[in-house]
Amino acid sequence: MERTWLWLIPAAPLATSALCGAVALAWCRRTDPAPRRLVGVVACLGPALSFALALLAWAELRGLMPQGRWLSQTLWRWLESGALQLDIGFVIDPLSSLMLLFVTGVGTLIHVYSTGYMHEDRGVVRYFAYLNLFMFAMLVLVLADSLPLLFVGWEGVGLCSYLLIGFWFEDPAKAAAGKKAFVVNRIGDFGVLIAMFLIFWTLQGAGAPGLTFAAMRNHVEAFTPAIATTICLLLFLGAAGKSAQIPLYVWLPDAMAGPTPVSALIHAATMVTAGVYMVARMHFLFDLAPVASTTVAAIGAATALLAATIAVAQNDFKKVLAYSTVSQLGYMFVGVGVGAYGAGVFHVFTHAFFKACLFLGSGAVIHALHDEQDIRRMGGLRRKMPLTFWTFVLATLALAGLPPLAGFFSKDHILWEALSRPNPLLPWLPSVLWAVLVLAALCTAFYMWRLVSLVFLGSFRGEQHTYAHAHEAPPSMAMPLVLLAMGSLLVGFLGVPHALGGSNRLETWLHPSFAVAGSAATEHGATTVASTAAGETALHESSAALAEHAGSAPLSEPGAMAVALAAALLGLGLGFQLYARRPQTAAALAGRLQPLQRLLAGKYFVDELYAAVIVRPFRLLSEALWRLVDVRLIDGVINLLGGVTRAFSFVFRFAQSGYVQTYAFVVVLGVLVLLLRVL
Amino acid sequence: MVGLHEYLILSGLLFLIGAVGVLTRSNGLILFMSLELMLNAVNLTFVAFSRYTGRLDGHVFVFLVTAVAAAEAAVGLAIFVNLFRLHRSVNVDQMNAMGD
Repeated sequence: MERTWLWLIPAAPLATSALCGAVALAWCRRTDPAPRRLVGVVACLGPALSFALALLAWAELRGLMPQGRWLSQTLWRWLESGALQLDIGFVIDPLSSLMLLFVTGVGTLIHVYSTGYMHEDRGVVRYFAYLNLFMFAMLVLVLADSLPLLFVGWEGVGLCSYLLIGFWFEDPAKAAAGKKAFVVNRIGDFGVLIAMFLIFWTLQGAGAPGLTFAAMRNHVEAFTPAIATTICLLLFLGAAGKSAQIPLYVWLPDAMAGPTPVSALIHAATMVTAGVYMVARMHFLFDLAPVASTTVAAIGAATALLAATIAVAQNDFKKVLAYSTVSQLGYMFVGVGVGAYGAGVFHVFTHAFFKACLFLGSGAVIHALHDEQDIRRMGGLRRKMPLTFWTFVLATLALAGLPPLAGFFSKDHILWEALSRPNPLLPWLPSVLWAVLVLAALCTAFYMWRLVSLVFLGSFRGEQHTYAHAHEAPPSMAMPLVLLAMGSLLVGFLGVPHALGGSNRLETWLHPSFAVAGSAATEHGATTVASTAAGETALHESSAALAEHAGSAPLSEPGAMAVALAAALLGLGLGFQLYARRPQTAAALAGRLQPLQRLLAGKYFVDELYAAVIVRPFRLLSEALWRLVDVRLIDGVINLLGGVTRAFSFVFRFAQSGYVQTYAFVVVLGVLVLLLRVL
Repeated sequence: MVGLHEYLILSGLLFLIGAVGVLTRSNGLILFMSLELMLNAVNLTFVAFSRYTGRLDGHVFVFLVTAVAAAEAAVGLAIFVNLFRLHRSVNVDQMNAMGD
């Protein structure tokens, strides 16, 4: 259905970004302070307006038949090159509507939080300009109706991520972290670009050139399995870069150099889930490529476990949460990798709430302790910051997956899908995936409760006057914390599985977006609204098929849930025992397992490995090119040309003696020669 | 009877004397005088041909050449006066400002 106001959703934060940017520019030479409070209010208005419009769009979608839930707007002709004709167009279907709601909702809360967190910073105006620009790019990414436009948003969020990680660019380490994020993402973007070219090439070969998602879905039969696998693997390379999966996850922990609200918004809740969103968006291709999907699931599970184990041994508050994010993103990729796109997106959704809450809680603690981030110098903050403590615990339990909090439903949905969906290539894979994820869940619960114990329980281990000055978060920071904690508590109920007597409304809501290709045509031509009955039949058929698969799983759904829950409880209990009750046992254990401890604290030395295998050879190659090709060859050719010119001029300048009479003599000689010729 | 030939020979001699003067003398003023000599040698040719052909074009040219020579002398002498003030000399051999 055409709507003329969709463009306002991304335009609102773009406008406020431009406004903040103008103020920042106007004040960069002035000594008097910029109107920070006003800028903060303006900066919150942009995302808030987007959120209101997102709610409106959601309400409109609800009013439509499930198969016709499709709002779109075409703005203008963007590209016209050969057979390619592309419009700037936005589309809202159930998937993008869900993404819109939490991106704008969580985004608005984090903007509000930022007004409190950043109000003492000199660059706060510039900060809000970047943050609003990020919202714009993220909304373009979510709303795009074609892969190239999605890519524009994709690059935009990458740019804003770079700008905000290196926000305090006076510190070379922080500037370097921003660069690292940008360069690593670039590697992934290369994959997306090649995939885009391949898609266009295939569709053109099929006589239907186009890069909109609708065009791809409608001509999905043009993709042979081989080409679909190639495309999907390349797309996943991009997703691995953006969403921090093996082998490109290394940038995300370093990205914690940015301000904490940025870590919450960009590096936990929204941008890093863009990879999952893209895979879900391109599900019709991944459905055709079991090899690629299996790769996605396997890499997701590996990342989930790897990052969860690293998080166990980190001592930087935000690093623990960063590795936790990497790990949770791994869960999401397992979801979309096994074909349970709804489950993956559900976890994206719930994760946004509890992880944003955790990050904002960490920000409140760091703020209260004057930029202290080492959890070994914290402790006992429960009494000083009760509100932060309780919201943090709630979000922790949600992340650990305790019922009835949000993470329980979404994580167990993924676990169950991973276990119950048979893999067409490797029959043993579902059980392995499930076991790895349960193990990762155990680690998750353990490191999260270790974090809670070290930060909030026990007694303070830092300097006493820091503790004395620690204070509860101001209202602008407390309000988002409370709302996000409530979200962590409640949003899970949207996806209560059938096994627990729920109806999984989220899955039903998302179903039209992930419907099989055959029904895509009706979705595009929204005028021919398919009957509700047809849609529901399709849904029932797919759930019937799933129930059939479930029969092959080694465990029943409640049984699998119980195992995962037991793992989470074990992890929480261990974390409590080791770090709150008997810290000396933890120290002794760490001493006994020193090689392991060093391996984990060193993050498996992946950064060092990359430095040795990729970065250093690359630098050596660059240096060789510089010293040999650039300095010797290219400069040599230029110098040779210059030398030849100099040599010639050295000879000819004797003609220019500067003596008038010499010149006159030459003139006379010339005249004589002419005379001789003439006579 | 003095004919065209004699005039042309005289003017050729004058031109040669002027040219040799320009090429060999280093005093700027003498250089100027030699230059004037060359101009006037040409003037003489113009007048001689004018008489010979009976047309007045040659006379007109002579006026022009004289006017230009006068202007040139004025400018040139002004330059030499200034050069003399600067270098205490009007020797053209020393007026070489070329680098190297």
